[in-house]
Amino acid sequence: MELELRGITKRFPGVLANDEVTLTARSGKVLALIGENGAGKSTLMNVLSGLYKQDAGEILIDGKVQDFRDPGDAIKAGIGMVHQHFMLVPVFSVYENVVLGVEPVHGPGVLNRKKARSEVREISERFGLAVDPDALVEDLPVGIQQRVEIIKVLLRGAKILVFDEPTAVLTPQEVEEFFGIVAELKGRGATIIFITHKLKEALAVADDITVLRGGKVMGHADPRTATPEQLASMMVGRDIDLTVDKTEATPGDDVLTLRGVHMVDDYGRALLNRIDLTVRAGEIVGVAGIQGNGQTELVEAITGLLPLAGGTVEFLGKDISKASPRQRHAAGIAHVPEDRNHMGMISSFTVSENLILDSYYQPPFSRRGVMDGDAIRESAESLVESYDVRPPLIDNTGGALSGGNAQKMIVAREFSRDVPLVICAQPTRGIDVGSIEYIHEQIIRKRDEGKAILIVSTELDEIFALSDRIVVMYDGKIVAEMTASETTPTEVGLYMAGKAA
Amino acid sequence: MSITSPDGSVTIDPDPGKGPSFLRRLTTATDWKTGLVIPLLAVFTALVISGAIIMLTGSSFAEMLDAYKALLQGSVGSLRAISQTLTEATPLIFTGLAVALAFRAGLFNIGGEGQLLMGGMLAVLAGFTFTGLPWFIHLPLAIVAGAIGGAIWGFIPGFLKAKTGAHEVIVTIMMNYIAYRLVDYLLKSTLFQREGRNDPISKNIQDSAQLPPLLQWLDPAATVHFGLFLALGAAAFIWWLLFRTNTGFEFRAVGANPSAARYAGMSVTKVYILVMSISGALAGLAGTGQVLGLLDRASPGFSAGLGFDGIAVALLGRSNPVGVVAAAVLFGGLNAGGQYMQANADVGIDLISVIQALIIIFVAAPALISAIYRVKTDATSTQISKGWGA
Repeated sequence: MELELRGITKRFPGVLANDEVTLTARSGKVLALIGENGAGKSTLMNVLSGLYKQDAGEILIDGKVQDFRDPGDAIKAGIGMVHQHFMLVPVFSVYENVVLGVEPVHGPGVLNRKKARSEVREISERFGLAVDPDALVEDLPVGIQQRVEIIKVLLRGAKILVFDEPTAVLTPQEVEEFFGIVAELKGRGATIIFITHKLKEALAVADDITVLRGGKVMGHADPRTATPEQLASMMVGRDIDLTVDKTEATPGDDVLTLRGVHMVDDYGRALLNRIDLTVRAGEIVGVAGIQGNGQTELVEAITGLLPLAGGTVEFLGKDISKASPRQRHAAGIAHVPEDRNHMGMISSFTVSENLILDSYYQPPFSRRGVMDGDAIRESAESLVESYDVRPPLIDNTGGALSGGNAQKMIVAREFSRDVPLVICAQPTRGIDVGSIEYIHEQIIRKRDEGKAILIVSTELDEIFALSDRIVVMYDGKIVAEMTASETTPTEVGLYMAGKAA
Repeated sequence: MSITSPDGSVTIDPDPGKGPSFLRRLTTATDWKTGLVIPLLAVFTALVISGAIIMLTGSSFAEMLDAYKALLQGSVGSLRAISQTLTEATPLIFTGLAVALAFRAGLFNIGGEGQLLMGGMLAVLAGFTFTGLPWFIHLPLAIVAGAIGGAIWGFIPGFLKAKTGAHEVIVTIMMNYIAYRLVDYLLKSTLFQREGRNDPISKNIQDSAQLPPLLQWLDPAATVHFGLFLALGAAAFIWWLLFRTNTGFEFRAVGANPSAARYAGMSVTKVYILVMSISGALAGLAGTGQVLGLLDRASPGFSAGLGFDGIAVALLGRSNPVGVVAAAVLFGGLNAGGQYMQANADVGIDLISVIQALIIIFVAAPALISAIYRVKTDATSTQISKGWGA
């Protein structure tokens, strides 16, 4: 089926989210839709899936104008959405999830399990989506869960498949498998729309690329000839340098030393398994690994948010294993947490309040328990200015900022402190290219000032762009430690998957 | 703005955080719109509906107007009416502040009743036990005793929440029951019971522990007492505490996002204990004001539901100390006017409960008000407490 959007315009109060968007997705082809956060990708997809009604413009399928009143109409027309965040019931089996809402029944209210199972099996075989219909979804790895989502939309007769940031949650190996699935679907004549902000993936998998910026189509690109830099410039509207300029590191003294750090969960299983790690002044150590292999726990062990079961954390030669988060913060550890919205900021607090979130009790912000509004404002004004937080309005709530600007706000708070150790967990997750470039520059600058820096990232590109040294975590252990210039993404990827070592 | 798909699971924010959308947030600013316009419209709507209810029960339009005239007359129509309104408002300011402060820290303090009772009992005890003290020592002593009584009753659920995770809603409800029965017991004990009485009633407080009346030189029946100024002072103090001190910053941070608060090095357990103790002290002061300013003694059930009314006042006042004072005065006026209306128009005081309930429903469900009056509000900002999830 061929999908055509003609002049789609969608307004929200005060926002022109989509401005005359025109594009075509062809049968058996992959169209990559790229753009920064806020470029209008999600709005466009919500129009396409019938959640929103466009203010102007037409949706055509095989040349016929469609009128979607609700998502049901879009599904009937053959459009299937695979969301970034899966809509699965974890305690249900695969087949139960797949048929949810379109259950085959014996009679009123009685599920025909046999038919449901066979329908699921039939689709998974036809499209080469190997998955056990009886497995519980919560037991499945993320990559397989995504297959369940795909089977779900295929069962509902989707011929046009829309993937929203499908690789965000996948491991590098799963990404490869996912591309295989895309190729299979494509070969069977499906029309695929692939929404992403990862330029390399768009180039790898797409037949056509459409770039959105500020709700408008900025242009189309041919993946065979386009470069990531060209696409990034189209997305952002100015030249973007995707490579991070940095000189050779000149490491100094040990700043942070972990010796045999051990952490267990409530059931006694090891979350961190005897970690030894050293970070020196003036170097960036990158912790690579697939999400959930102990990186979160590693950071929280260092910052004192989770208790150790064994081992010691030494900071500037002193054992801080027993110190509280407040004491470690005061001793000179800055921490950009991995979860911006749930940990790094309070979205209902103003920007100026968020900028003092962990130093509110110290002079000049507070004296004898009473806060000094003038000092807080003054500092906030200068921070939003020097860290380019936009809009630079310190009385707005933190939640009103875009992801990239919220992250810049957090980076401003943590980096403005002149401390020997900076820990950045997922420093650029889910933020726009312009902000990524900016934050990477700030991290390198901190290193060049002689600070010790620990980066945790699930993005291999980021690990390689920033790190002087790379350690790989797998299953709560450090399974490899390498000099960044002497290894390759492929090698690191293998360690991440636990295949080497 | 968010949209939920028919299957109830998808929540999509159209281009979150983009420039103009932030402007939209600014113009529909949560503070004055949801803080003032919605409550005012809620009150108005509740009055209109209650008027319809009066007429449905057989009154004519003129009689309904008479009833509302009486309500107005009885709340602000005379010096005595105003005095009565403020007398009724005084304990509501305290209990409203108690609930509002806990809300701010993400806790739902339903224990106002028990804290009020325990505060009142300790204040009475201090009020009749010490004799021969000058008022400037005795009165502050009794007030402090009342605050401590409430603080103890608030500390216990706070401590249990912090140390064991026991839900404060459950514990504070249970603490209310304990307080009710404890008061019954104490009032029959030799320590409290008035000599020569068999019914549960306490000794009268000394004159030196009395909160002085404010307007009796103008009208001997004007009951408003110095407790009003204590309540206003408490509101000012709580505002200052919340918005000007480290402690208040911690309270608000823990209330808005406990994991961010922990990340920022705050002690969430310390905040829970402290905030419940202060909240309890405020409710205790409500009881203190009643016994030292109005009743001169304690008798069973002198809390009279004021602890629960505090929840409504805090909701209507948007957990803001200024809003709480305004809401308490409104509720005080409805109570005062209701009594007058019952006596002078043929409408029972129960109607006041209906009006108050409707106000709370409309405040708690601002979408209704938005739909009726086509006012744009940020529905998410009206969530006052995280409630049961914690």
